[in-house]
Amino acid sequence: MRFNKWMKMGAGLTVAGLALAGCSSDSGSSEASPAAPSASAFAGPVGEGEGKLSVLAWPGYAEDGSTDPAVDWVTPFEKQTGCQVDVKTFGTSNEAFDLFKKGGYDVISASGDASLRLVYGDLVQPVNTDLVPNYADIFPGLKDKQWNTVDGVNYGIPHGRGANLLLYNKKSQPTEPTSWKDMWEADSPLKGKVSPYDDAIYIADAAVYLMATQPDLGITNPYSLDKTQFDAAIALLEQQKPLVGEYWADYAKQANGLATGSIVQGQGWQLTANTANADGDKVGATKPSEGATGWSDTWMVAKNTPNINCSYEWLNYIVSPEVNAEIAEYFGEAPANEKSCDLTENKDHCDVFHAQTEDYWTNVYYWTTPTEQCLDGRTDTTCVPYKDWVSAWTSLRSS
Amino acid sequence: MTTAAIGPIRRWQRYVHRHGGVRIAGLLALPMTWLMLLYVVPLVMLFITAFWTTDSFTGSLVRSFTLENFQRIFTDPAYVTVALRTLGVAVAVTVICLLLAVPVAFFMARIASVRWQPVMIALMLTPLWASYLVKVYAWRVMFSPEGGVLVSTFGTSPGFGWIAVVVVLTYLWLPYMILPVYVGMQNIPQSLLDASSDLGASSSRTFRSVLLPLVFPSIVAGSIFTFSLSLGDYITVQLVGGKAQMLGNVVYQSFSTDLPFAAAVASMTVVIMIGYLTAVRRTGALENL
Repeated sequence: MRFNKWMKMGAGLTVAGLALAGCSSDSGSSEASPAAPSASAFAGPVGEGEGKLSVLAWPGYAEDGSTDPAVDWVTPFEKQTGCQVDVKTFGTSNEAFDLFKKGGYDVISASGDASLRLVYGDLVQPVNTDLVPNYADIFPGLKDKQWNTVDGVNYGIPHGRGANLLLYNKKSQPTEPTSWKDMWEADSPLKGKVSPYDDAIYIADAAVYLMATQPDLGITNPYSLDKTQFDAAIALLEQQKPLVGEYWADYAKQANGLATGSIVQGQGWQLTANTANADGDKVGATKPSEGATGWSDTWMVAKNTPNINCSYEWLNYIVSPEVNAEIAEYFGEAPANEKSCDLTENKDHCDVFHAQTEDYWTNVYYWTTPTEQCLDGRTDTTCVPYKDWVSAWTSLRSS
Repeated sequence: MTTAAIGPIRRWQRYVHRHGGVRIAGLLALPMTWLMLLYVVPLVMLFITAFWTTDSFTGSLVRSFTLENFQRIFTDPAYVTVALRTLGVAVAVTVICLLLAVPVAFFMARIASVRWQPVMIALMLTPLWASYLVKVYAWRVMFSPEGGVLVSTFGTSPGFGWIAVVVVLTYLWLPYMILPVYVGMQNIPQSLLDASSDLGASSSRTFRSVLLPLVFPSIVAGSIFTFSLSLGDYITVQLVGGKAQMLGNVVYQSFSTDLPFAAAVASMTVVIMIGYLTAVRRTGALENL
């Protein structure tokens, strides 16, 4: 009798829940086709600003003085253009994608593992680079790339780039390592001393190593892996597991591990090495001979933005030599604008981050969203899409 | 005096007095709305989401019924393992908390002088004074295999891993076990213990046959805290677990790209918790709290 009452109540709740769930179907467009949407770019000219702009950015990319009063390039923009800027930051590419999908943002700084999803999800519009005068000074190595250009149409303005380097503890490793092998091979002496990145996109790092060590697999793009290549990468990651001390997601924590020596080698950022070396030269950073993964960020414009003029003003402003230099230095990456190199406070900045040495970037594979349609141009097979990367990574981490 | 002469407030009071149902409804309307909107409805929605899927490219939700997520959990041995490990951690933390809390609570409630009791309670609650993150980071420094406090003091450290996770979670949740057990012990009339010894029972016998059965409901209450808090934790394991993962980490990793799968994993902790509460209910402990 009592049980019966509970059953009825449960059924009632379920119905209520279903009704609520039905009401909230706002994210609608679930079946996005893999063809790039054909929208046209803003024809220009860039006119009077609309008075406001909503920016979705990585922390450190659109500082308005709220983090540190001395770090502020948003206020000058507001004064210059009359566009009042509202900044929202995000922690991961996935978070950025989710926020942007919900709408309300005019521009976004998207990494390569989000930008294509934004394009194919029909959330951003092509960008008319003629209306962005500073685009001319962007390093050619960043233009017309897979993650910012689809079928010859530009979808954004490059912002800056960095490589995921091999970081090592100098005390344990007095000579600079030249290969990733101690982070991957079963006979590595570094059992429990290695720190890989804790994200599905790290599977690409395994693929980069396989490109050099197992050429038979025929990997040409670490983000474009068919089932066999993908399984080989996962097998390599399984092989790496006994070597792993900690997977990292917080660069400060990794910096601490590398500085104390609890981590001897890890994959990470130049920024991490700089942080670890704040008190003494303890951690080295190098790009091994096999190459590395990296990131290259792009400013993109929302498809239906009501603030198109302010958006274009922002695109041009944010990659202007002075501002781009300021951001690159604050965040710790290579600027996108060639002229920024003369304007950084630390004159070695561009050397440290290899902004001008194009050769350095030839074997850096920037984060890209893996799609079913192979990115390397193969049409005779399908590749493993990002969703399956995530589930494989979750499963690997849980086992 | 006619009815027309009394004011509306009086009339309302009279109405409510005569209709018990309205009185109860008035009393419970606010808490029930809160409970429904913030606890029950989200849980139901979580459960429904677990049967949906996502578009493989854009990652957006596809609202069509599928058992795929649960199939994945039960066919991939990795997820079964992580669920069992999580359960193991929760059980270990609960048992250790119990072993530590019972003697401490006994001492506080029955042996320590009345003057010292509040001081001891305050001391026992000190772990709750600092922020969770600060405490876990402090433990990270303790366990660090290179230059950690344990290494420099004792020359050895278990390093980051399951031992560290269990120790830190035990540290964090111990007050939640001590407090109810202490209150339970204090509420036992001294006369019962005296009677037991008058009848010739040894003190260990009194402890087993009189004290423990009486505080059992409090122990159960404490164990619900320690068990559920450990079951859902994912930050401690990130900071001191090395490469270890618990169910919460799986949810954390997948919620943004694959919400339905994350919901399915989250339902597992709900199911484990329902199982635990059902088992607790069977012992009758909840009725005697």
